[in-house]
Amino acid sequence: MIVEARGLHKHFGALHVLKGVDLLVAERELVFVIGPSGSGKSTLLRCLNRLEEPTSGSVVIDGIDLLDRRTDINRARQRIGMVFQSFNLYPHMTALGNVTLALRKVAGKPRDEAEALGLAALDRVGLRDRAGHTPGQLSGGQAQRVAIARAIALEPRVMLFDEPTSALDPELVGSVLAVMRELRESGMTMVVVSHEMGFARAAADRVVFMDDGLIVEQGSPGAIFEAPLHARTQAFISQIQRH
Amino acid sequence: MLDTFFNVEIMRAAWPILLAGLGNTLLLSATVVPLGLAGGLILALLARIRSRWVRWPLIAWVDFFRAFPPLVLLIFLYAGLPFAGIELGGFGCVAIAFFLNTGAYYGEILRAGIDSVPSGQAEAARSTGLSRGQTMAYVVLPQAVRNVLPDLMSNTLEVVKLTALGSVVAMPELLFQARQAQSLTYNPTPIVVAALIYFALLWPLVRLLSRLENRALRAG
Amino acid sequence: MTGWERFLDTFFNARVLAKYWPDILLGMVVTVELAVLVVITGLASGLMLALLRTLGVRPFNWLLIFVVDVLRALPPLVIIVLIYFGLPSVNIVPSGFVATWAALALVLMAFAEEIFWAGITAVPRGQWEAARSTGLSFGQTLLGVVLPQALRLTIPPLTSRTIAITKGTALGSVVAVSEILGQASSAVSNSYNPSPLMLGAAAYLVLFIPVVVAGRWVETRFAWKR
Repeated sequence: MIVEARGLHKHFGALHVLKGVDLLVAERELVFVIGPSGSGKSTLLRCLNRLEEPTSGSVVIDGIDLLDRRTDINRARQRIGMVFQSFNLYPHMTALGNVTLALRKVAGKPRDEAEALGLAALDRVGLRDRAGHTPGQLSGGQAQRVAIARAIALEPRVMLFDEPTSALDPELVGSVLAVMRELRESGMTMVVVSHEMGFARAAADRVVFMDDGLIVEQGSPGAIFEAPLHARTQAFISQIQRH
Repeated sequence: MLDTFFNVEIMRAAWPILLAGLGNTLLLSATVVPLGLAGGLILALLARIRSRWVRWPLIAWVDFFRAFPPLVLLIFLYAGLPFAGIELGGFGCVAIAFFLNTGAYYGEILRAGIDSVPSGQAEAARSTGLSRGQTMAYVVLPQAVRNVLPDLMSNTLEVVKLTALGSVVAMPELLFQARQAQSLTYNPTPIVVAALIYFALLWPLVRLLSRLENRALRAG
Repeated sequence: MTGWERFLDTFFNARVLAKYWPDILLGMVVTVELAVLVVITGLASGLMLALLRTLGVRPFNWLLIFVVDVLRALPPLVIIVLIYFGLPSVNIVPSGFVATWAALALVLMAFAEEIFWAGITAVPRGQWEAARSTGLSFGQTLLGVVLPQALRLTIPPLTSRTIAITKGTALGSVVAVSEILGQASSAVSNSYNPSPLMLGAAAYLVLFIPVVVAGRWVETRFAWKR
């Protein structure tokens, strides 16, 4: 198990967003998390690299207990890659600069080694020729691919995707999904929160349906999309089928 | 009138000491600005701490030094400290008074700058394993400074003008030298020349700022 | 006497405080008078200059911009000294009060004009066009449509700049104005005791902390996205 999250609760003040969630992800698995907005899917994802601190429960990634005070969270986070809905590229650095910053400062690689690794990561997402461009000079799809390169350059054990294509124009979505598919094929463990059902059907090993802070149902894409067992799952699936 | 305000002989005679005064003005500025910026940065970073034991004293500190006229602070230190047995001299008093005053202003500007950087930037940086300090130094601060550069420059302009207050505590900067020359010659020419020197020194920055401020207000 | 008692006796000497607090109070009155005069005349003249600038008379505008630049580049103390020590040579002898008021008002006028101007030009051209196309005159458009919108933008920078300049009233002490610092300084030399300074400091805080707090409130209330 790469990801072992158990009994996660999260409160934001009086709001109880996660009400006892367990998520186990095996190596090389691609888990797709779906659900209505407000269901807690993003919060769950952000608990997996401790961007959100769970109120209670445990999160163990690749054998490291993230919630233990003694854990060096910065080194742990090198093993966990995260891609955000709004990319969050550093505007004051080039694409290569974005990718190599953590390599140099956290992994302590010397500049030329970091640049070589950075260029390799950019190459993997098909943007090696954009290495010297700043985020302002990139399209949305290119920016998100650079963000993916930034995360994979550190050679993480698991990649977390928080609605990676939701902020993209429809014609740019394909390029990002193609990169995600390539990652999957190379054996990366991935947890994806997204509405891209087509991608889920084609690539996911398991689909998890969340509603109101709990996992309602999970199973293979076929099972969830064609024959959901719970009423809420059925309601949600039929709603999105309509689009 | 030309002879009163632009007396050539007096100009020639006073020129060397005015130049020396200018040197001191620049020296003073070069000392106070980095000090103020450093102080401001410390205040801005402290402002990130949630604890109310830090926030309330911090706000009180900043409001205090923004409310307190810098000249009063200067006189306070200059005239008052000797009674406490501390002899600091003009430069020391000016340095401390300005550090406290400008630090508060720079602090507010930098704090606003840091707040203006979207939180997603820090999240992305932290998610790649950068520590809080590294995130601040390499990702947040560069963007923060860029965002408030006009305000930082405007405040720096104010600091250079503030050095003229040193003349009140006998610091031999430009205004002091000008007033000395004026009282010796009973002629206001040295002050006019000093004004011209200040203008020549600061006008480029004023023009630059004017352009930046207009652009910022239009974008806002 | 313990160290603490000696400290109190030096900096909070009851006898000296009792003797000089009326002077400090008088000083506060002068400070307030000066500040109010500066703010009213400075802001009003700054606004007027900005409005005149909208007329677009080139030579006038160049002169205006030059004067404003000079007033923004010079330290206020230099302007005070120029007026107080310079004008007598042409037989105009301003009092310290007048010299300080004039200097600070001129500086505020310059900064205010720039801020008002930036606000006016920030109002989108479309506003002018819409108003004029309904038949409103230039003046009516400026005063009724553009200026109200411009003012909203100008309040935060104007507040902080005004507060900064009113603190310059302390500079009056350099030319013998009996505002707070002036009174406190003479009291200190007369009594060989720094207690009046503590009183003066307290007087400034009493006056200016409410102003700064109010200013903070005004700034946050009128702040737009930045």
